[in-house]
Amino acid sequence: MGEVLITSALDGLLIGVIYGLAAMGLTLIFGVMDVINLAHGPLIAVGMFGVYLLFTFLGINPFVALLIMAVIGLLLGFFIYFVAVNRVIDAPPLSSLLSTFSVNMMIIGVGTALLTTSSYNVEYSLGSFEFGFFRVPGARLMAALAALVVTGLLYLFMYRTRPGKYIRAVADNRASAELMGIPSTRILALAFGIGVMLAVVAGGLIATILPINILAGGSFELKSFVIVVLGGLGNPLGALFGGLILGLIEGLVPVVMKTTWVPVIEYALFVLILLVRPQGLMGAKK
Amino acid sequence: MKRLRFPGLWITLILVIGVGIIPAINGSASLRESMFTILMSVALASSLNIILGYTGYVSFGHIVFFGVGGYLGFYVISQHGWNILPAMLVGGLSAAILAFLLGATVLRLRGAYFALATIGINEAMRALVINIPILGGPVGMEMHFSEYKKYGGPMQALWMVYWSVLIVTVLTIVVSYYVKKSKFGLGLMAIREDEDAAEVMGVVAPRAKTWAYVLSAIFPGIIGVLFFFKNGNIEPGDAFRLQFSIELIVMVMLGGAGTVLGPVIGSGIYQQLRKVLLTSPIFKNIQLAVAGFLLLLIILFIPSGAVGWLRSKSVKLRRVLE
Repeated sequence: MGEVLITSALDGLLIGVIYGLAAMGLTLIFGVMDVINLAHGPLIAVGMFGVYLLFTFLGINPFVALLIMAVIGLLLGFFIYFVAVNRVIDAPPLSSLLSTFSVNMMIIGVGTALLTTSSYNVEYSLGSFEFGFFRVPGARLMAALAALVVTGLLYLFMYRTRPGKYIRAVADNRASAELMGIPSTRILALAFGIGVMLAVVAGGLIATILPINILAGGSFELKSFVIVVLGGLGNPLGALFGGLILGLIEGLVPVVMKTTWVPVIEYALFVLILLVRPQGLMGAKK
Repeated sequence: MKRLRFPGLWITLILVIGVGIIPAINGSASLRESMFTILMSVALASSLNIILGYTGYVSFGHIVFFGVGGYLGFYVISQHGWNILPAMLVGGLSAAILAFLLGATVLRLRGAYFALATIGINEAMRALVINIPILGGPVGMEMHFSEYKKYGGPMQALWMVYWSVLIVTVLTIVVSYYVKKSKFGLGLMAIREDEDAAEVMGVVAPRAKTWAYVLSAIFPGIIGVLFFFKNGNIEPGDAFRLQFSIELIVMVMLGGAGTVLGPVIGSGIYQQLRKVLLTSPIFKNIQLAVAGFLLLLIILFIPSGAVGWLRSKSVKLRRVLE
C-alpha cells in the first residue's frame, strides 16, 4: 500500500508540474490585464500540434521544436492581443471573455478542418528511469524538468529584467505606469504574448508524453481554471503550486475511489475555494 | 386612435408566435425541427438575459439548469412513467431550487470570479451525474418507445412537444418583459451599473440577485425536459455541454444584452446562420471558424448588439423596441 501511494503521488506530482505550467499562462494574463483567456485550450493544442508536425514531418527533436514553437507562440500572442483584446481591454469582463472565445472558435474551426478530431502520437521515447521501486518514463521526467526550467526562466524574466518589471508595474497600476513613461499597450501585448507562449510550450510538452487531438486543449483549459483558482488568480507561482495539488489529487484519489470521481472532487474543490477563499490558497494579486 | 400599450412586448410576441405557427400551417416536419431549435434557443437565451443582460452577472455555465432539469424530468418520465406535464414541473422546480441554493453562495462573487464559478458548477454537475448509477451513469438513459404512445404515437408527441416549447417560449418572453418593466427589474439594472451604489440606494442586492438567478433558471429546466423527451435519450455530455452555454451568450450579445427583443433576434440569426454555414459546401468544414470571426466583429464593433444598435440610432425605435 505504501509503495502504491508513493508511486501514485510521484506520478501525480510529475504531471502536476506540467498542469501548473499550462495554467501559468492563463494566470499571468489575468493578473496583468484582468482578461480570462478563453482561447487558452486551443492555444495549448497549437503547441501540441506544432511540436507534432515539426517532429513528424521535419524530424526536429521535440525539445528543439519546443523552442521554435515558443517563438511562434509569442508572435501569435502579439497578433491575438492586437486583433482581439486591445479594443476590449477596458470594457466589462463579458467583452473580453467573448472576444477570446471567438479566437477559440477560429482556432478549433480551422484545426478541425485540417486535422480532424482524431488522435495523434509523437513517437518519441527516452526509455525509462528507475529509482528503487519507482519507475518513470524518461519523457515524463524530461517534460517535468523542462516545465520547472521554464517556470524558473519566467521568474528571472519578471523580477530581473526591465520588461518584466514593466509588466509588473502595468499590472499594479496601468495609469501610473503610463505616467512613468512605460508604453503600456506594448507591455500588455508582451504580457499576453508571454501568456500564450507558456500555453503553447505546455502543449508541446504534453505532446511528448500523451496522445493528442485538437480538442485535447479544452480539458487542460478547464484544469487550468481549477489550478489558477487554487493558487490564486494572477499569481504565477501559485499556479505551479495549484498544479501540484491537482496532480496529487489525480494521482491519489484513484487509489481509494473510482477514477470517475476525480473530476467531481476537482470541480467541487474549485467552487468551494472560490467561495471561501477567492484569493486562492497562495493569495492572489492585490 | 388609442396608442397601443406595451409595444415592446407585442412586437416581440407577434414575431415569435407568427413565426412559431408557420410549421403548423404547412405541416412540414423539417421546418418544425429547425423552428424547434430556434424557439428553444429563444427561451434559453431570454432566460439567460435576465441574469446576464439585466443584472450584469456573466453566467457562463447556465446550461447546468437545462441539464439538471432535463435529467430529473427525463428520469421521472422514463423510469416512473410520469406524464410530461408534471415532469416539466419537476424540471423547472429542480432548476429553480438549485439556482436558489447556488444563488445564496456564488452570487457573492463578482465579475470574472462568478463566471469561473458557474463553469465549475456545470463541470462538477456533469462529473457527478456520471457517478450516479440510477441516472444511467456515463451512458445516460433512454426513453422507452411506449412513452410516446401515451400521446397518440411519436408523430403526435413531436407536435405536442413543439407546441409546449412555443408556449414556454412565450411565457419566458412575458416574464422577461415584466421583469424589465418592474421595480424589481430596475433594481437589477441598478446592480448591473453599480452594485455598491444600488445597495446604498436601498436595493437589497443579495435577495434581488438570487431571485433573478432563480427566474433565469426555471425555464431552462423546463426546456431541458422537453428537449430530452423529444430527443429520446439523455447523456451527461449532451446535457451539460459548455459549448452550448457559450453559444447562448453569443445569441444574447448578438441581439443585444439587456433588451427583451434582443435574445429573440439573436437566437434566430445565430441558428439560421449556423444552418446556412453547416449546409454550405464552402463553409461546411470551417463553420466554427466563420462563426468565431463574425462573433469577434460584433464584439469589437457593435458591442450593444442588433437591438441595442437600432435603439441608439433613432428615438422612435427606442420607444417601441424593448
